[in-house]
Amino acid sequence: MDPHTLTLMYARNFAFMFYGFAAAWVIVALYVISLARRGARLKKELDDVRRLIASEAGEQDFRV
Amino acid sequence: MREKVIYGLAAAAALFLAINLYRIFLVLPDDALQGPIYRIIFFHVPAALTGFIGYFVALAFSVWYLSSGKLKYDSLAASVTEVALIFSCVNIVMGSIWARVIWGIWWTWDARLTSTLISILIYSGYLMLRRAIDEPTQRARLSAALSIFGCLDVVIIWKSIEWFRTQHPAPVLSIRTGGGDIDPAMEHMIYYNLAAILLLAAALVLVRTRQESMSREIDSLRRMANAVERNVA
Repeated sequence: MDPHTLTLMYARNFAFMFYGFAAAWVIVALYVISLARRGARLKKELDDVRRLIASEAGEQDFRV
Repeated sequence: MREKVIYGLAAAAALFLAINLYRIFLVLPDDALQGPIYRIIFFHVPAALTGFIGYFVALAFSVWYLSSGKLKYDSLAASVTEVALIFSCVNIVMGSIWARVIWGIWWTWDARLTSTLISILIYSGYLMLRRAIDEPTQRARLSAALSIFGCLDVVIIWKSIEWFRTQHPAPVLSIRTGGGDIDPAMEHMIYYNLAAILLLAAALVLVRTRQESMSREIDSLRRMANAVERNVA
């Protein structure tokens, strides 16, 4: 095989190695972002429910 | 306390991965036949092993839930399964890119690839099932059953390259072959990276477990809110 073809094959090989590693890190990064967003949403939901219970408990005391 | 453990594990994983990446790209030589693309093995195999370990840990928690009835084991099983599934996806995507160069194709219905795809579908189904069922005990019981079923496919994935001689290479790790199929320096690098990826997976599982316990707390507070509402009415 001539050196030019070998260089092209090596470059293609290297590019696919880069795509492989990039794909792996993109999948992990997307998952970490989704975890962070889900965590923030759950925290907000928990605070809302706690606030709702506190206000309903206060309302019950008032009626009694 | 849990925050510190999560940050500690994530920092250790980051440090370990940085050292491993340096060694993978700058210390280890290219493979004589495959060139630089073979370096995908250092994430492809550890990601697969992390997935397998995760599925079996999830199986243990599922069985624990079925024997004890404690929902925290169901939450742990769900957290571990989700993280394991992510690493299975990393494994199959990297393998597909590697296959494109070495086999000339992105995908083939080979025994190893097909059984891996089936496991991804089973565990995706597991996560979808959990979203579809509101009642916690029913959700936990069905999830545990599916987790046990899913592990049967994991055993098939593991043994498929011994049982069927199709496109995917036969086992090369010395723990399966007794040695001689891979350079020891390359094999050690696979184990170092497995350790780093397991640390990362452990940190992600802890984050996910905390979210599961928050979900359980929201569920129980909602029930309490309904009870208070009924008393008021």
